[in-house]
Amino acid sequence: MWHTIEQIFPYAIIYTIPLLITALGGLFSERSGVVNIGLEGLMVVGAFAGSFTIFKLQASHPNEGWVLWVGLLVAVLAGIVFSLLHAFASINLSADQVISGTAINMIAGAITIFMARNMTGSGNIRVGGFSPFDVPGLSDIPVIGPLFFTKTYWTTWLILAVLAVSSTILYKTSFGLRLRACGEHPHAAEAAGVNVKRMRYIGVMISGAFSGIGGAIIILTYAGEFTGSVSGLGFLALAALIFGQWRPLGVLAAAFFFGFATTVANVSQVIPSLAEIPPVILKIFPYVVTLLALVVFSKTSRAPKAAGEPYDPGKR
Amino acid sequence: MNKNLIISLCAVVFGLVAGAVLMLATGHNAYTGFSYLFEGGLKNPERIGNTLATATPLIFSGLAVAFAFRTGLFNIGVAGQLLVGGFVASVVGLNLDLPRIVLLPIMLIAGALGGALWAVVPGILKARFNVHEVVSSIMMNWAGFWAVYYGVQTYIKNPSSETESKQLADAATLKATWLSDLFNGSYINMGLLIAVVVVLVVAFIINKTTFGYELKAVGHNRDAAEYAGIKVNRSVVYSMAISGAIAGLGGVAMYAGNASNIQIGILPSQGFDGIAVSLLGANNPIGVLLSAIFFGLLYSGRGFMNAMTEIPPEIADSIIAIIIYFAATSVLIERLIRRYSRRKANAKLNAPQEGKVK
Repeated sequence: MWHTIEQIFPYAIIYTIPLLITALGGLFSERSGVVNIGLEGLMVVGAFAGSFTIFKLQASHPNEGWVLWVGLLVAVLAGIVFSLLHAFASINLSADQVISGTAINMIAGAITIFMARNMTGSGNIRVGGFSPFDVPGLSDIPVIGPLFFTKTYWTTWLILAVLAVSSTILYKTSFGLRLRACGEHPHAAEAAGVNVKRMRYIGVMISGAFSGIGGAIIILTYAGEFTGSVSGLGFLALAALIFGQWRPLGVLAAAFFFGFATTVANVSQVIPSLAEIPPVILKIFPYVVTLLALVVFSKTSRAPKAAGEPYDPGKR
Repeated sequence: MNKNLIISLCAVVFGLVAGAVLMLATGHNAYTGFSYLFEGGLKNPERIGNTLATATPLIFSGLAVAFAFRTGLFNIGVAGQLLVGGFVASVVGLNLDLPRIVLLPIMLIAGALGGALWAVVPGILKARFNVHEVVSSIMMNWAGFWAVYYGVQTYIKNPSSETESKQLADAATLKATWLSDLFNGSYINMGLLIAVVVVLVVAFIINKTTFGYELKAVGHNRDAAEYAGIKVNRSVVYSMAISGAIAGLGGVAMYAGNASNIQIGILPSQGFDGIAVSLLGANNPIGVLLSAIFFGLLYSGRGFMNAMTEIPPEIADSIIAIIIYFAATSVLIERLIRRYSRRKANAKLNAPQEGKVK
């Protein structure tokens, strides 16, 4: 049993990271008051922009590590630019945020494959990604070494650092306080001199940046190929956000739970003790748990009060 | 002219213009692109039939979304409901040995029930626990995706393919020889006729019955409806169940009409396109029918365009997605209309001097 856990754990972490960073992006958006169903589409855009950049650069600079980091940076920028579509619709035009987010998903899925086919002939882009490594020294520590420090990626540590910084910004800085105020009581925030629209723009742009890097990390760690979809991970990130009750550490726990469940479902057939459980149950498990969590938390939901409502300065 | 109609037409025009820009930006000739796109959907009776067949599942999914919208519910779970409805109907079609005239109605009912089952869960969660239906129906989509994935593999697997279900016999599908002969061998089927009937029935329910009035009242203002004695929670559950049943029928039309088996491993994109169809059709049953046919035209023409030019077929999806963005941001269009009509009004104010001469 322990051996199995040791084997699964590094993969569970690899699956967790894109979910975590995307859900964290969604957290900034919703905390500022804008619901973002478009996380899936923003991930696809990041995955496309990242893999296309790397595909081009690797042709002229094979075997150079910096290429991958440039790809991640481009993915972040593409995510930000694309998220502006959602920000403009929901902040300036008071559009229904759920419909706008759905449009983002549809546009991203269609246009990225359209571009990929124009540029490479097929809709797929195959790139070389990061290689996993064992952290020297730390991976020899008993128990936690094999779990946390083997087969690890630099991106994992980067995203965990982003998580720590985000948590600090949200709860320990005046910026974080203002951002949260815009999602709870935008009129009070406005009265206190906060520019609600600008804060919401920042919130949505952070979600674009984080989803973009999340999508690119999928390609650069376990997928290896852009195919025009991130197979519902953006929606699972949304579930992690709700399950994590709109708090960074809650989101971390929820994302890890989903990452672990996905890994278990993926490897269940090769591990005898798990092979007895029908795989369908393992696959459906995360979604059913989310539904149950929604029911349990429905009485005490910590969803930002103003999330989803267009801000109308004239309304009190 | 009706305001909704103007907004929809503007969104379509903006979407087509954006499609032209996309084609030009990627070095293609937009004029030939569009002419092949429309030729591919309309050139001869067979292609027209295929356009209508492509539109059929979109009519159902658009109607499902529009019906829920009327109660203020956003059913984003149509993809899962289509899949489950199609699966249940396929299991029935493959396992019951009955005369066609009995079998087809049973399959339709089974499909509708499957879709309703998948949609009523978010409905109940919304009514009973106030869980937002968007999130719960997204979860139901993925639960349905995996349930059908393993359901097909376990019960109705195609022996020669890992990712398909067994083929239904022609007698267990909605295919009709007279109909495909009428359209020179198109894969059009009775699903279209059922879709038109459902459109009329839904239009009747929404516009002419007390039940439809109650749904609309709940959609407009929940609190006022509650105060007026309408059982809001019950309306929510019924509305989701009916919406899911319509989607389930769409699943039958898709997997036992347009196709005769189920491909697993993909959520049917028709489910999400239903949101587009409903939005463009202003949540009105007849509008849904028209916008589904328009999208059917884009989807069925894109293959021909792709064969005749270098333009990737995803241009059709891109145009539809952009249309939705503009429909969602209809405020933008409204502002433009307002500015235009104000200018016209100003022009009229200045006009009398000239008018008097006459």
